[in-house]
Amino acid sequence: MMVELLYFAWVREQIGVDAETVALPANITSVAALLDWLASRSPGHAAALANRSRIRVAVDQAFATPDTPVAGAREIAIFPPVTGG
Amino acid sequence: MIAARLQSGPFDPAAEQAALLAGRTDLGAAVQFTGLVRADDGLAALTLEHYPGMTLAQMQAIAAEAAKRWPGVLGSIIHRHGRLLPGEPIVLVTTASPHRGDAFAAAQFLMDWLKTKAPFWKKEEWANGTTRWVEAKASDDAAADRWA
Repeated sequence: MMVELLYFAWVREQIGVDAETVALPANITSVAALLDWLASRSPGHAAALANRSRIRVAVDQAFATPDTPVAGAREIAIFPPVTGG
Repeated sequence: MIAARLQSGPFDPAAEQAALLAGRTDLGAAVQFTGLVRADDGLAALTLEHYPGMTLAQMQAIAAEAAKRWPGVLGSIIHRHGRLLPGEPIVLVTTASPHRGDAFAAAQFLMDWLKTKAPFWKKEEWANGTTRWVEAKASDDAAADRWA
């Protein structure tokens, strides 16, 4: 299953790209499992995702939790806690 | 009805308020909040990054939630993105209602939720080229949680 991953702010800078399309292995079923799998993809991914308390995720443009399912998702965004306003 | 807009250019607070009040004689209170770029520690610029597919939709959801909680309130929220200089306005919340309590409360709610539930990220920049991403504040989360 192909999914579009989007990165924002320092997560984007540490990973080095603003988006990538990946084939999700069938055993990656939750946001938490996705982050574990992504962290193994490159040193940049590992550095960006090292501290999970500083990572937020949106699945198909809705804020997610570590337990949120990712099966069937088209777009998953990974970013730091928001700082607008 | 509370409208939401996302834009890179500046906004005109007086015009936003006038648009809300135009033709109305039932409103007794109008409240407005402008957030500005503050030049902490000699800051040279602030860049606001956003999530193009999600940010406006999330602002509209926040506006809809405020409209549901305060049905008599009219309002608008405008948030800018891109590179802004010290003193420039970032965000504008305008509300109006028959009585001041609802206009104040809705404006505060809108700001508290914009700060914690809309996908924006601030990057600070200094004259020597140093940059730093702003960290989220626990006090902002606490302010948003008051409305839970």
